Amino acid sequence: MSEQLKVPTMAEFMAEGKQPEILFWVGSAGSYDDRAKKITKAFVKLLHEAKVDFAVLGTEESATGDIAKRVGNEFLFQMQAVMNIEILNGYGIKRIVTCDPHSFNCIKNEYPGLGGTYDVIHHTQYIKELFETGRLTLKEDKFKGKRITFHDPCYLGRANKEYDAPRDVLGKTSATLTEMKRHKSTALCCGAGGGQMFKEPEPGTMDINVLRTEDALKTNPDIIATGCPYCNTMMTDGVKYKEKEGSIVVKDVAEIIAEGL
Amino acid sequence: MDFIPNILFAIALIIGGGYFAKNVKSLIRNIKLGRDQEIKDNKSERWKNTINIALGQSKMVKRPIAGFLHIVVYVGFIIINIEVLEIIIDGLFGTHRIGLSILPVSVYGFLIASFEILAVGVLVSVIAFWIRRNIIKLKRFLSAEMKGWPKSDGNIILYFEVVLMCLFLIMNATDSSFQALDSGNVISQFIAPLFSGLSEATLHVVERTAWWLHILGILVFLNYLYFSKHLHILLAFPNVYYGKLTPQGQFTNNEAVTKEVKLMMDPTADPFAAPAEADANAVPEKFGASDVQDLSWLNLLNAYTCTECGRCTSECPANQTGKKLSPRKIMMDTRDRLTEVGNNIDANKGTFVPDGKQLLNDYITKEELWACTSCNACVEACPVSIDPLNIIMEMRRYLVMEESAAPTELNYMMSNIENNGAPWPYNQQDRLNWAQEN
Repeated sequence: MSEQLKVPTMAEFMAEGKQPEILFWVGSAGSYDDRAKKITKAFVKLLHEAKVDFAVLGTEESATGDIAKRVGNEFLFQMQAVMNIEILNGYGIKRIVTCDPHSFNCIKNEYPGLGGTYDVIHHTQYIKELFETGRLTLKEDKFKGKRITFHDPCYLGRANKEYDAPRDVLGKTSATLTEMKRHKSTALCCGAGGGQMFKEPEPGTMDINVLRTEDALKTNPDIIATGCPYCNTMMTDGVKYKEKEGSIVVKDVAEIIAEGL
Repeated sequence: MDFIPNILFAIALIIGGGYFAKNVKSLIRNIKLGRDQEIKDNKSERWKNTINIALGQSKMVKRPIAGFLHIVVYVGFIIINIEVLEIIIDGLFGTHRIGLSILPVSVYGFLIASFEILAVGVLVSVIAFWIRRNIIKLKRFLSAEMKGWPKSDGNIILYFEVVLMCLFLIMNATDSSFQALDSGNVISQFIAPLFSGLSEATLHVVERTAWWLHILGILVFLNYLYFSKHLHILLAFPNVYYGKLTPQGQFTNNEAVTKEVKLMMDPTADPFAAPAEADANAVPEKFGASDVQDLSWLNLLNAYTCTECGRCTSECPANQTGKKLSPRKIMMDTRDRLTEVGNNIDANKGTFVPDGKQLLNDYITKEELWACTSCNACVEACPVSIDPLNIIMEMRRYLVMEESAAPTELNYMMSNIENNGAPWPYNQQDRLNWAQEN
């Protein structure tokens, strides 16, 4: 993407006295992590293509506190949550979309108890909606003959029972979707959750992301599709560990769709 | 003197039933040592879960072989217990097969025939279970926490069931009047010839012995439950009923923390105000859990319900990659510590005397707690709605909020969130920079 992206902020909307259709919650990974930023940009490209009137909080956004909560720091979580809720409520936000299943789960399920109730959806659910309402159509068929296997993020799948949206969206391409032996409710974690992304694993016989990558490799894929920036990092590292980075790429669902626009 | 057996029977029943009642009382007392947690919502959904998951075994069959074998034993257990009703009436009133004087022979025969078929089904399944545990050596029965007593416990339960089923069949096979009816003896008629060489009197002695051992065996088994992993046959039902209904990813927001946070964020709060109605003896509420009393009663009910099947552990990503964490061990440790605390209370006339031990460190180590990815695979796998993850999270809360004992890297991550609103050390003012980057 060479052209500069137009990313309106809530503050700008507010100044013009307008409300966006949806707030895009970028999340910490999506804002700062080099690999995740590409997912963010692909999703923004897709939002523009579908002519979605969206906004981000920009510098007013702060960590959801999800990771703090999973590692046991309830204080830090609630501090973050209360601050974010104050901003979201201040702008009168009704609907939120995010590319991060952890932010999705946290805002959707844990913010209401602290005064922040919104319609929160994961970006794969939103992309599905954009296809269904005819706002998005694929123009190019770049995935003909490609094999894609989708790795369920724990916080989208088991945690919130959304297994179909990412698969339905991937089904819009002409790629062959293959399933790993453990998928949907029995999918193996990538190893990043519960704060593991930020620490060394405890002593063991192997790393979880390598085990999960082995699951994926058994389906002989061209692309491992993910719906979570942390899963993306873990699976990318796993593919490198298995020295398969020459033949297998790890892509977010949003990136796969954005490529066909 | 004909009534002596009836009296002996009544005494056995009173001792067996009474001791069981005493154990149930201790069990309830121990579960109530946990923190209050009000669960009164969604009654209809809770009953639906109880019927589907507990009664209907819907999650057991996710693993078809074990699921099918388990259903045979489970159905057998419930149906054959109808026979126990007859045994109790016969035992108390000195009747013999009272069912025959109430029901038509064909109906009675049909009932006993189904019991006999189920008894064989149970025998076959139980033997298959024994083979899975001892010969095939399935991985999930070989974990570190399954060494010693848990292994013996599993086998003892199987032996009990084999013996009880055999006694039931022998009792029918050696009952000459029942065999003479030739109705319902679908299985026992093939066992009867084994005893054909015996005199009528000896046959009667064998029949009476089998009858007595069968009912005494049931009473002993009933009282064995409390000391074993087998309480699930009773507790699975309430445990599923009270199981979590909210999305698996939704963790509870700690209310004590909410109060503190609200106070901190309230611009009108006076930081120097004297605490309202300060009670000098009040113990401040502990954040998280370091011992069983800090867990909720539901966590403790979970622990007693666990039958150590290990489906949770076999699905756990940390366990599969050789880490020490095993969700089953979390449940077993919680139960063992709770039993220890309960015994302590019994030994000290109703009050707990600190024993210098706790659930954290003495049973569950930090290494186990920090290996969890919070992926919910264990919760999903449990056939009776046990939530090991909730205990892990409560204990992490204690480690972080009471002891500041998180791994160093996590402390860095948390101070980043505190300082700049992201788990990495990037300035919050740079949060939208990605939009300008090409």
